[in-house]
Amino acid sequence: MITSTPRGGRRAVISGVGVVAPNGIGTGPWWSATTAGTSGIGRITRFDPSRYATRFAGEVNAFDAGDYVERRLRMQTDRWTWIGLAATGMALDDADFRPAEHDPYSMSVITASSSGGNEFGQVEIQKLWSKGAGHVGAYQSIAWFYAATTGQISIRYGMKGASGVVVSEGAGGLDALAHGRRAVLRGVDTVVSGGVEAPISPYALTCQMATGRLSSVADAAAYRPFDERASGYVPGEGGAILLVEELDAARRRGGPAIYGEILGYGATHDGHHPWAPPPDARQLARAIELALRDARIDAREVDVVFADGAGSRPWDELEAQALHAALGAHAAVVPVAVPKTMTGRLYAGGASLDVAAALFSMRHGVIPPAVHVERPDAGLGLDIVRGASRAADVRTALVVARGYGGFNSALVLRRTTDFDRTNDPDPED
Amino acid sequence: MRRTAITGIGVVAPGGVTRDEFWDSLVAGRSATRRITFFDPGEFRSQVAAECDFDPLAAGLRPQEVRRMDRYVQFALAAAIEAVADSGLRLEAEDRERIAVALGSAVGGTTLLENEYVAVSDGGRDWLVDPDYVSPHVYQALVPSALASEVSVRFGAQGPSVVVSTGCTSGIDAIGYGHQLIQDGEADVVISGASESGISPISMACFDPIRATSARNDEAASASRPFDRDRDGFVMGEGGAVLVLEELGRARARGAHVYCEISGYAGRGNAFHMTGLRPDGLEMSEAILDAMRQGEHEPADIDYVNAHGSGTRQNDVHETAAIKRALGDHAYRIPISSIKSMVGHSLGGIGAIEMAACALAIEHGVAPPTANLTHSDPECDLDYTPLVARRLPIDVALSTGSGFGGFQSAMILARDGGLREAA
Repeated sequence: MITSTPRGGRRAVISGVGVVAPNGIGTGPWWSATTAGTSGIGRITRFDPSRYATRFAGEVNAFDAGDYVERRLRMQTDRWTWIGLAATGMALDDADFRPAEHDPYSMSVITASSSGGNEFGQVEIQKLWSKGAGHVGAYQSIAWFYAATTGQISIRYGMKGASGVVVSEGAGGLDALAHGRRAVLRGVDTVVSGGVEAPISPYALTCQMATGRLSSVADAAAYRPFDERASGYVPGEGGAILLVEELDAARRRGGPAIYGEILGYGATHDGHHPWAPPPDARQLARAIELALRDARIDAREVDVVFADGAGSRPWDELEAQALHAALGAHAAVVPVAVPKTMTGRLYAGGASLDVAAALFSMRHGVIPPAVHVERPDAGLGLDIVRGASRAADVRTALVVARGYGGFNSALVLRRTTDFDRTNDPDPED
Repeated sequence: MRRTAITGIGVVAPGGVTRDEFWDSLVAGRSATRRITFFDPGEFRSQVAAECDFDPLAAGLRPQEVRRMDRYVQFALAAAIEAVADSGLRLEAEDRERIAVALGSAVGGTTLLENEYVAVSDGGRDWLVDPDYVSPHVYQALVPSALASEVSVRFGAQGPSVVVSTGCTSGIDAIGYGHQLIQDGEADVVISGASESGISPISMACFDPIRATSARNDEAASASRPFDRDRDGFVMGEGGAVLVLEELGRARARGAHVYCEISGYAGRGNAFHMTGLRPDGLEMSEAILDAMRQGEHEPADIDYVNAHGSGTRQNDVHETAAIKRALGDHAYRIPISSIKSMVGHSLGGIGAIEMAACALAIEHGVAPPTANLTHSDPECDLDYTPLVARRLPIDVALSTGSGFGGFQSAMILARDGGLREAA
């Protein structure tokens, strides 16, 4: 019987990772590709992109929903939900977590969404306007809306705890994990969290292009954050689902190694303009500072930064300024990773996948490279990991994410030592 | 433990597009449902809705805001302007970095998305839509985080900002999110609520095949009949409400008018079906009981229940069971009502409108009625406050929400001083 009052002493750790990414399905193939610098970005294949200024995207072309979702459920859901269900299954398997063995009320589903069930929605709205009201299918009401994937995950796995869906565009992946941690602090033991996205359909792409932030360079290497030739970003689909557990509950359960702890979080809003860049980087810097303070660590303890990497000059400059403001002299020497250069920006899935990459960097002692960043802007004063992956002892990672409209979030992750759940997450604490 | 006060209320609802008009309309038991006027609903099974007669400029929006914002964002901004004014906060003197925004919506910018789609797809003919003719603001419709960012921008709020989109419980859940931000010290003030403007062809069309909405097209003004024997589904609505949430000690210290405090909030999932509900109401009762434990409330403490009361048979039976399961015999002794009988079901927006109604019920000592409840349903045997508002002292009010995806939420508001002081 859970009383959702916040209490001390509870800690949120991540014990399972499920990945569906343009450069790999499943953590094994994805991490191999990511550390090898293999990009999943290519010319759009899901429809003919000739008439669109943006013709390249990170598609998960090898994804076969039939491997993960039964036919009847596929008919009722969008590709976005298929990807979410697939990634959830992988995360549960990775943690060897069997939902049927647990109190249904001790398990929650709290994910990020950004644009919902795009393709399904376009099909149904097209039926309405081309054929008439009677042609809209019975599943439009449950397939398109932003909570569809969370609801389906909850139903498939019998998870009855407090659920949630947060929308803050690209910051959503971190905000969902933070809200998952709030649920853990309030008594839930397990949270399926993270986020995925499927925005590569004609109308959704048209909507994205309206921001002017997508690259129109017809080249698989068009997305070059922090580079002198930054021309905007390339969108992508997929993301990561992460299994968050309360530390003691995870220990009691036994099972494979825990990846790491959600040690700190901070979120701010620019509060400045509905789309234009803010005059300075203060609020993004403050999100990072809040996350460090929440984690009770010094900036110098950060071993790697997974950057937001907007891919356009003003936004890249603001992020660099924020890192310098929040991390001080350490900003010039800490490795900065931008693995989303290999997937494109995945919106609600983007920061979730960065968290997965941070956890794998900790576990394997290697930081993946940013690809296509050939002429990093020296004026930004950042050490972008590029060219090849870099060996590093990563104990603490900072993940930075922003959402269109002024959302800033930062998350600090701390490695669980020795990958042994009988130990403290870190004895140096 | 940090506690959350409600110090400001703003409402845009059908039948009343300001807080006072809304409340007067509820107390009078006036139903605002009507035949849809926004478009010709002739081809739809359900042709009724509760529409807002809303003038954004009169509500304080600027012309450039009206131009770029979809209707649901306008509702939230109008309600936020009213709520902030009501709170007496002078934002220019406040630390904006401690002011957060948490707003809910179920379907976001669907109306703008649909209108733009019709234009760029040549009336639904082209799958490969023409990007040349799309509105520059269409991305803010695709991704409803614009709801929160626009409100953060308007007030210069630099604390956390988020949209919560849990379908029809979005309103309660967004205010619950804001409440947790205050509890956890992430903010001192939260502009929190929800809005929706889903009266559009695609939204009406998607509920038709599952017969979720009322087809009582010839009796539009009395089509929304929660708990009535002759109900036949919910009536689509629109609107929004925003509350100013404030850390209680701080609100008291500045001498703010405290309407009430949030004494409990909880959510559960039924993990059963995207649209189906079991008649036992188990998971909703679990949410109610969790919220009661947080406030250390006994069943006898609850003076009024603002029900989800959507007016589908399935909901009314499920919810009646949930209230009985949570409150026991006390469930029979207190007024319960569904304001959806008057303002319709504005999907993600309604939960916030109902929280505003609960706060006003405590403030005024009046339980609003369930309109159109003329023939009680033998399966629903509680006191649903039929037709006429009831005057009674209300110290503690419970509101429930239920939505597609299986989400069940409950929130309890308690009069300031009506709660046991924390040790």
